[in-house]
Amino acid sequence: MRQLVTEVLVIGAGPAGLSAARSAAGQGADVVLADSNRLSGGQLLKQTHKFFGSTRHGAGMRGMDLARKLTTESEREGVRLLLGVSAVGRFAEGVVLKDGQDRLVLAKAQRYVIAVGASERGIAFPGWTLPGVMTAGAAQTFVNLHRVSIGDHVLVVGSGNVGLLLAYHLRQAGSDVVGIAEARREITGWAVHASKIRRLGIPVFTGVAIEGARGQDRVSEVTFRSSHRRWGGTCRLNVPADAVCLAVGLSPRTQLLQQIGCELAFSAVLGGTVPVHDRCMQTTLPGWYVAGDAAGVEEATVAMEEGQLAGLSAAHGLGYGSSRSYERKKAEILVSLDELRAGPLGGDRKAAKEELCLSRSR
Amino acid sequence: MDSPVGRRILQHPILGSLPEVPVCHIAVDGKWIPAREGEPILAALLAAGVIVVRTTGRYGAPRGLFCGIGHCSDCLVTVDGQRNVPACGTLVRNGMRVETLRSA
Repeated sequence: MRQLVTEVLVIGAGPAGLSAARSAAGQGADVVLADSNRLSGGQLLKQTHKFFGSTRHGAGMRGMDLARKLTTESEREGVRLLLGVSAVGRFAEGVVLKDGQDRLVLAKAQRYVIAVGASERGIAFPGWTLPGVMTAGAAQTFVNLHRVSIGDHVLVVGSGNVGLLLAYHLRQAGSDVVGIAEARREITGWAVHASKIRRLGIPVFTGVAIEGARGQDRVSEVTFRSSHRRWGGTCRLNVPADAVCLAVGLSPRTQLLQQIGCELAFSAVLGGTVPVHDRCMQTTLPGWYVAGDAAGVEEATVAMEEGQLAGLSAAHGLGYGSSRSYERKKAEILVSLDELRAGPLGGDRKAAKEELCLSRSR
Repeated sequence: MDSPVGRRILQHPILGSLPEVPVCHIAVDGKWIPAREGEPILAALLAAGVIVVRTTGRYGAPRGLFCGIGHCSDCLVTVDGQRNVPACGTLVRNGMRVETLRSA
């Protein structure tokens, strides 16, 4: 088996992995960054909208431009990018990687950062396997990356940020969005995105449950049911749609974390099974770090901060950078993370993350 | 059909016009369709209006694009005789022969 020796191996080149690789390399470490996709950037590649918030977190930049920027900066710091390569698992001597031709490479590193992101959840209802019913991510990939329309009349299920932004992206690409169906009584995403949807005149049906999708070789109609007071008892609504996009949440991708053998915990707020980690993003397995959605589903901005922290910590553990400058940068990132987790929607995540750190010391 | 304009997004307010790339051709169940070089098989199929890429073994139920990134197995096809190739993650190649999987 071919071998590859490096100081830091980062797995996953999304916002977290790119930030980790860039900061570890910036400290002087020899870094390899691997991703199973042929392009680096992860989900940022599909984000045609501008980020908002503070400049530190790329406000005013489109996700797809941020992906390019992070990639360029990583390469400038000397990060070696390995694209089209997936991690098979941890073995005694290192991590085995597999390329598109099924060739294996043994990557031996002294520190590892796992930044493999999240996977999309689905919901089952009669007809959910029909062609035309797909995940929100699939729709974004095909519409924004491959430039192929996924439907003329699309129903989005889920009014979180992913669902709201997807509806916006679909409309930009020329599809008619027949509506957004939400099981809860309120829109769950941010007001800034919900307002865009309102301005476009896309209806959001709250308090509804999907009863089923029908169609021959492709979905053609969806039925949902509501028992909301406003609807005057239980009622059913049939919506014609040739595509249904499921934006019903994400869960951390923990297969690799389970395989390496670090301690895991459950957190509903963070999306399910999550790796226990300390404030420096180290898992319970010394030398193995985690960052971004794989460490608990949050926002891309959080992923970038966590990635930077994991990269700095990994490099510091190898003796790069003075302790003083490391402590200063770490404190700065922790303050920034606190800011990002402020507010009514972030408070729960902050508490959940703190609990993860605590369960380590127990 | 000479150019792949089926369900392509030719104009986009942010992404601009669809970049020009060389066109190649792939055979889908014996019928040639155009494809853009560098795109996955599934993008070419969708653009040509092929929505059902396989039917299930037991019930013959139709399947198509679901996750789009190789995590599920809904879009498996046969490529140049090799079975169970994910259409969403495999790039087109001129002259490639794709067979959608059909239960008997």
